[in-house]
Amino acid sequence: MEAKLQNKRPKYLNLLRIRQPLPAVISILHRLTGVLLFFPGIPLLLCTLQLMLGSQDGYEKLQTFLLNPVVKVGLLLLLWFLFHHLCAGIRYLALDLHYGITLSQARASSKLVLAMGIILTILFGLVIW
Amino acid sequence: MVKRPDRIVTGAHYGLKDWLVQRVSAVLMAVYIIMLMAIVFISAPQDYMAWKTIFNNQWMRIATFLFLVSLYWHAWIGVRNVLMDYVHATAIRLTLQILVILSLLFYLVWSAEILWS
Repeated sequence: MEAKLQNKRPKYLNLLRIRQPLPAVISILHRLTGVLLFFPGIPLLLCTLQLMLGSQDGYEKLQTFLLNPVVKVGLLLLLWFLFHHLCAGIRYLALDLHYGITLSQARASSKLVLAMGIILTILFGLVIW
Repeated sequence: MVKRPDRIVTGAHYGLKDWLVQRVSAVLMAVYIIMLMAIVFISAPQDYMAWKTIFNNQWMRIATFLFLVSLYWHAWIGVRNVLMDYVHATAIRLTLQILVILSLLFYLVWSAEILWS
C-alpha cells in the first residue's frame, strides 16, 4: 500500500508548469532583480558617478550618452529593477515585523508591490524623458 | 570516543548576523535614497558645477560612502545566498564567491576614489 502511494508521487516539480501565486512571483523577482542590480547594476552606477563627478568633459559625455533612446530604455529597466527590489524589500521588512501576514493581506501587498514598482518607474521615466 | 561537534545544527542563530545586516543595510540605503532625492529636488542641480558642489560637501561624501558600503555588504549576503542555493559544486561556488568578494572590494576602493578625487 505504502509503496504504491510512493510510486504515484511526482519525480520532480516542473516550476514552469506550476501556477505560482503572486507572492511567489514577487519573491523570485526580488531575487532576480537583486542579482541584476549586483551585475550590471553596481558597475554601471559607479561608471555613471565617475563620469558625472569626474570632470566637465565627462559630465557632457554622460549627458550626450543619456540622449540615446536605447540607453534611456536600459536606464528605465534598471530603475524598475531598483524600485521593484525596494518595494518588495519594504514588504519583507513589514512581514518581519508581523504586519500583513494573513493570506489576503499578503496577496494584496504583493499586488501593491508589483504596481508601485511599475508606477515609480513610469514616474521617473516621465521626469527623465 | 565520540567527538562532540562544536556547533549544533539548529537553534543557535548562526545566520542571525547576516539576516540582521541584510535588513539594517537595506534601511540605511532607503534612508539615503530618500535624503538624496530630497536634496536633488530642493537644489535642482542643472549643470556639472551644481552636482560637484553637492558631492564636495564632506558629510555628503561620507553619507554616500556609507550608502555604498551598505550596498556592497547587502550585495554580498544576497549573492552568497543565491550561489549557495543554485551552485552545488563546491569548487565552482567557492571560485564564484571569491570573484564576488574581489569585485566588491574593487568597487569599494573605486567608490572612495570617485568621492574623494
